[in-house]
Amino acid sequence: MTELTGRDLTLAYDGRVVVDGVDVDLPTGRFTVIVGPNACGKSTLLRGLVRLLAPTRGAVLLDGTDISRVPTREVARRIGLLPQSPAVPAGLTVEALVRRGRFPHQGLLRGWTRADQEAVDRALDRAGIVALRSREVDELSGGQRQRAWIALTLAQETPLLLLDEPTTYLDIRHQFDVLDLVAGLVHEGRTAVAVLHDLNQACRYADQLVVMRAGRVVAAGPPAGVLTADLVTDVFDLPCDLIPDPVTGTPLVVPHDRRPQRRPVPEPAGTSTH
Amino acid sequence: MSTTTVSPPVPGTATPATVAPTRRLVGLLVAALLTGTALLATWALTLGDYPIGLAGAARAVVGAGPQADLLVIQQWRLPRVLAALLAGAAFAAAGALLQSLLRNPLASPDVIGINMGATVAAVASIVLGVPGLFVPGGALLGAVAAALLLAVLGWRGGIGADRLVLIGIAVQAGLYAMKTFLLLRWPDDVVQQAVMWTIGTLYNRTWSEVAVAAGALAVLLPAALLLLRALGVLDLGDDLATGLGLRVRLTRAGILAVAVAFAAVAVALAGPLPFVALAVPFLARLIAGPLSPATLLLAVVLGAALLLAADVVAQHALPTALPAGVVTASVGAPLFFWLLWRHHRREA
Repeated sequence: MTELTGRDLTLAYDGRVVVDGVDVDLPTGRFTVIVGPNACGKSTLLRGLVRLLAPTRGAVLLDGTDISRVPTREVARRIGLLPQSPAVPAGLTVEALVRRGRFPHQGLLRGWTRADQEAVDRALDRAGIVALRSREVDELSGGQRQRAWIALTLAQETPLLLLDEPTTYLDIRHQFDVLDLVAGLVHEGRTAVAVLHDLNQACRYADQLVVMRAGRVVAAGPPAGVLTADLVTDVFDLPCDLIPDPVTGTPLVVPHDRRPQRRPVPEPAGTSTH
Repeated sequence: MSTTTVSPPVPGTATPATVAPTRRLVGLLVAALLTGTALLATWALTLGDYPIGLAGAARAVVGAGPQADLLVIQQWRLPRVLAALLAGAAFAAAGALLQSLLRNPLASPDVIGINMGATVAAVASIVLGVPGLFVPGGALLGAVAAALLLAVLGWRGGIGADRLVLIGIAVQAGLYAMKTFLLLRWPDDVVQQAVMWTIGTLYNRTWSEVAVAAGALAVLLPAALLLLRALGVLDLGDDLATGLGLRVRLTRAGILAVAVAFAAVAVALAGPLPFVALAVPFLARLIAGPLSPATLLLAVVLGAALLLAADVVAQHALPTALPAGVVTASVGAPLFFWLLWRHHRREA
């Protein structure tokens, strides 16, 4: 089991502190979702957790060892990362893209092995894009492309998976497709961490919710136990009620009506319904 | 986002326009090019004022035949043919690596100042009266110095791809001014030889120059092939590349160093021949897809073949013998326009 934790983690860009003394545990075999308003530091926290950003104070521990002391390839064999909108190389096929996920398992001189090919085939299958394997990535739709990126991180075969806003720019169906895929992986025993914007989706899918505001974690735990109307009102500056999601029973955020008072619309004659 | 409409794929059929040609096709093409190049090289040995037939040329290559044949073939024509092949291959490899590394099809040693660095150093050596033997060495150092300047100016926070191209163009402009100053400052008779060098010529290559270049390529080509996998990962962006366990800055510096070494070897051997490093990798990618071992090998073979052909044309097909650089520029510029035009039409 691979365990990733942040201890007193402080992250800064050019001296400006964005994440301030955060302690965070990411339970193994669970789906942790990080939420919070724009610019609260949630993506930065994720970047810090995968050593893309070195902490100015505190540390990230990977199985108890400071992650900065673990060789980067070794980290890549334990943590898979899907960054926000990665670059799409022109003319690359889906399979060629996914094959690059095997990089941390390959040596400088070692060729492509049967194990590598099997991992790629499994990843394509798991992401549901076997039929797209010889298509070029830059001509796929947004939803297909996101699946190709996820397949790449799956080919990496890591026990831990970190995803930065994996549903952004996708339509609602493809958002749920991606979340279902991640939930399935977690069900199979992997640990997943994602930054999401949609609180209702976060509550439905997360085993653990981490709520951030202004660089600090203000609440962490199971969504039903953590999220309250007061907390959302406070953190997002959005007065709201919480009701149980009619499908899953998890919290559903219903913002208060803040529209200007509208004049009643006169009913057009002859269109009244019975 | 592209505005093209993509029809839904029909199950079981490959869309021919999008599927990259198989490796086998590229392999066949490389084999055909190698054969053609060998024939062209043999034929090139028979061309010139001193008449030698194919059989005589072949005998002289292996060291048999009359003394005059041996002199003409072994000391003059063979080194020149080999220099064309090696310089063409090295320019193409340099361009292919730089264009991929900087994610910019216009990045090549003749655009981002590396050839110009070599030019300034060579012109300075010639006008200052440094023995001709040391001019290629000077050019090599000039190319490396320009690359170092580029790296230092572009270093802030690691070498960013876009910054490097822009900084390279600025470095190029500054070095061009230095070259012009040198050429205007010294008397015409001294400058004449320097001007010839700045056009790019394979005239009068020696065995020692050819041997040094061949030795360098024997090291650089395997190094480039080994780095291709890392380059492919780097292509996914710095974040994902780090996530995949690549040491991004180290890798980028390593690939840059190999690309610059290719360019330095080429420019020291043949002068700053324009367009080979720019257009040949572009052509190779059109045929064989994004940079892979197959694409790199195709570019290298294409570069060797095209530069040899350009030199044969420059020497023999025109009323007066010209430096090869005139031919690569006059063929390369329209070819490049055509490639760009086709590329855009395909995308539109």
